[in-house]
Amino acid sequence: MKKGHILGIGVIAVAIVIIITMMGSASTYESFTTAKTMHKNGNAKAIHVVGELKKDTNGSVVGLEVGEDKTSFIFTMVDNDGMEQQVFYNEPVPADFTRSEQVVVIGAYKGESSSMFVAEKILMKCPSKYQETDV
Amino acid sequence: MINTFVGNLGHFMVILAFVSSLVTAFSYYKYTLSNELEKVSWRKFSRISFYVHAVSSLSIVFILFEIIYNFRFEYFYAYSHASKALPVHYMISSFWEGQEGSFLLWIFWNVVLGLVLVHTNKTWEGPVMVVFALVQAFLVSMILGVVFGDLKIGSSPFVLLRDVSNAPIFQINPDFVPEDGTGLNPLLQNIWMVIHPPTLFLGYASTLVPFAYLMAGLATKRYHEWIRPALPWTIFSALVLGMGIMMGAYWAYVTLNFGGYWNWDPVENASYVPWLILIAAIHTMITYKKSSTALKTSIVLVITSFILVLYATFLVRSGVLGDTSVHSFTDLGLSGQLLIYLLFFLFVAIFLSAKEWKNIPTSDKEASVYSREFWILIGATTLALMAFQVILPTSIPVFNAVIESFGGISNMAPPADQEEFYSKFQLWFAVALALLTAVGQYFWWKKMDKETLKDVLTVPYIISLIVAAIIITVGKVYTISYIVVVMAGAFTIIANGGIFFQLMRTSSFKLAGGSLAHIGLGMILIGVMFSSGYSEVISTNMSGLTYKKDWEDDLNKENILLWINKPLQMKEYSVIYRGRNKKVAGVPGYVNVNKLKATERVNEAVALQDIEAKGKVYHKKGELVNIVLEENSYFEIEYYKGDDHKFTLFPMSQPNPTMGLISSPDSKRFITQDLYTHISAINDYGDPEWKDDEIYDVSPGEQFHISDFVTTFEGGEVLTEVDGVELQEGDVAVKATLVIYDNDIEKRITPLFLIRGNQVGRIPVVDSDLGIKVELTNILPEDNKFSFTVNRFQKDYVVMKAMVKPHINVLWAGTFLVLIGFGVACYRRYDEFIKMRDKGLE
Repeated sequence: MKKGHILGIGVIAVAIVIIITMMGSASTYESFTTAKTMHKNGNAKAIHVVGELKKDTNGSVVGLEVGEDKTSFIFTMVDNDGMEQQVFYNEPVPADFTRSEQVVVIGAYKGESSSMFVAEKILMKCPSKYQETDV
Repeated sequence: MINTFVGNLGHFMVILAFVSSLVTAFSYYKYTLSNELEKVSWRKFSRISFYVHAVSSLSIVFILFEIIYNFRFEYFYAYSHASKALPVHYMISSFWEGQEGSFLLWIFWNVVLGLVLVHTNKTWEGPVMVVFALVQAFLVSMILGVVFGDLKIGSSPFVLLRDVSNAPIFQINPDFVPEDGTGLNPLLQNIWMVIHPPTLFLGYASTLVPFAYLMAGLATKRYHEWIRPALPWTIFSALVLGMGIMMGAYWAYVTLNFGGYWNWDPVENASYVPWLILIAAIHTMITYKKSSTALKTSIVLVITSFILVLYATFLVRSGVLGDTSVHSFTDLGLSGQLLIYLLFFLFVAIFLSAKEWKNIPTSDKEASVYSREFWILIGATTLALMAFQVILPTSIPVFNAVIESFGGISNMAPPADQEEFYSKFQLWFAVALALLTAVGQYFWWKKMDKETLKDVLTVPYIISLIVAAIIITVGKVYTISYIVVVMAGAFTIIANGGIFFQLMRTSSFKLAGGSLAHIGLGMILIGVMFSSGYSEVISTNMSGLTYKKDWEDDLNKENILLWINKPLQMKEYSVIYRGRNKKVAGVPGYVNVNKLKATERVNEAVALQDIEAKGKVYHKKGELVNIVLEENSYFEIEYYKGDDHKFTLFPMSQPNPTMGLISSPDSKRFITQDLYTHISAINDYGDPEWKDDEIYDVSPGEQFHISDFVTTFEGGEVLTEVDGVELQEGDVAVKATLVIYDNDIEKRITPLFLIRGNQVGRIPVVDSDLGIKVELTNILPEDNKFSFTVNRFQKDYVVMKAMVKPHINVLWAGTFLVLIGFGVACYRRYDEFIKMRDKGLE
């Protein structure tokens, strides 16, 4: 066998490893219901959940509890299936948080009772200034 | 009054630039094919046509800048990207903040590069410029803004606000011009953001040059001659793109608050991947020049780097990244057009190479393990795999979009911990690269066999082991993978350093580009390992306040709450927050907000006290001062070790109406490490909600408590003059002086009490730092007491995060060295090209 072939096989092998690892490490978009099932089955992988903050009839955000030292907070999120869930985030409240139209939380359920979703990261979609029509 | 003329002129110039680029492409095509007699006139015509294109493109740039510079807010672009408060250098950033402006920047660079090529080439001008003009036609089409029925081609930067906005005001008054624009994204208000995009876009634009030479070579059957003129440009491209990427990283480090310089964001990845491929291409092209191998590999790599730049553009601008990137553009409906642009050049490149593939000369000889070609090829392969590993997960949103367009459902998301995911591969690839550069350089300069290889490598190997041992011990590197990184980095630095000194002794500096760049690579590797691997958050919260949930034990709180004037221990430092500051034009350092009172005009304030810095008075009390961007507040954080005040940092924060809290860190730079501090949350500086009245009746000299502040009432005093009030005959004005102690701070506040006839006036004092309002409500002469009404709110505070980044300077120095190495190599190869051209060989 020529060296070129060995090299070629080596490259393909590494490429396959890369693809498999990517498939293994890639996260998924889930709902709170499927995320809870995953947690109960012992799957601790961080997943993405897309949803909105819970709002009352006036449109103001409800269920936001800021920690005493202001460095963490809990909020209530409603996922796209309409399920409500308390989410804990170990960072101060981002300043435009309550104005966000959509939130994506990346994290997993924690603890025995699976009552709290702990977010490692929060992505927010805010009303873009490009869409703003009031001059 | 609306000025529609500029916009119309601009739009006309866009159309002219578009048409002239097509004409240029066509006429250069004719020029390339025509016989010697006709060539002269075709060339003349093509050049005129290209100059028309150049002039019209430059006019578009000039007109758009004119619109921004003169605050023509009737135009959507000026309205949404500029504002009156911005200084001139940030207007340059406003120019390319939008997609249209950034396309224009790209068009501008292509014009500059095209002009250089027209004037430096003899035989390559025709076919190279065909490719150039076609690329320009695609780019200009992105800002064309022409609509045929439902089909919209391009998004024009010259649309009027009234044509895009639904605001009712335009129905009442179509000539309405807004007072001010919405301004520049505050994150972009940084000097690095003024120069980073132009550099990056020059890097993107310049990848076109080697690609155009390659296409020209394939089309005119000069299968290998294209390498010589293309090589200096490939190196130039890698230099500029690398510089652009590092400027972006540096900008992220000094302005963004994720706590680092690289975030594996899709937008960053999209620029990193073509750069890796460019580096691989440079190496195989140089190998080809030396030994006529790897020509096909070079062709594939040059095409890939150009197509990857187009793919990056597509990812960033088509909106496909959606939620996965913090800084991709919003979709302007250009995704179809971008896709056509990408596929067109992909198709042309594949078609031309496939057609000529069997005619491209190859070398039959098998590369020996002791040949440089073999090692270069391994290196190029490693670079390509590195690129593959990054671009694949970055494209997850694209895979989802493709699957969904075929009716499938895909819920794949990017890895949750991107840093860990990418680093675990890139780290080992980089280690492999470092080792390859060290060994490869020896093969490059000498003929090798087993014995000589052993001889030359032994000394650098032993020295680098010793150096690595020292770094590991001094730097306390106790993780196996990091130890390997240090050894690989040290090996490449020592081995290439040895070669560098040999070259300096025996030949000229001109040849040293490669070894310099490789030394830089070793330093980057070590610098990244220390600054990222050993980055440590020192602001861990020790307050012991938790929600007492079972899962919370494993979460470290990485932010701390600092009340004003109250010291808090943080590792070896004690930190104190001292209040909010502004930057005042012409005054060094920062000025506390308590010394300033805003006026109605933007960026203007009245000095309430003399403004002093370094023993010099810059502004007298009562003078008007100019604030540099009044939205920006600088929070004064003092760092102490024991009782010694070591230094003070001023991290910036801006509560932005559209983007929330925008924070930029401030770092203390030491030679061996940076101490990085940024604000995570701030007080609400709007109107406070005062709590209920608290009444204190006190005699002069008496001490009492206002909330938890020890307060001394020094006494009352009758005034003959009061600021802002004209005293009349018979008026009585009394000033009470209270001294409030807050930790080590002593504050003197003086509420006033005025009597005119039967009326009483009170001027309370509000101290927003302490969150109190004190009013002298009454004077009780019979008891010798003064009655004060106090309302409380809360003390000022910040929530902040602090990190240590060890040896980050090694990273910056390494980057510098890589760029210098590219510069030297680029000069050498360009010099070669010029010499050969002047001999008539090009």
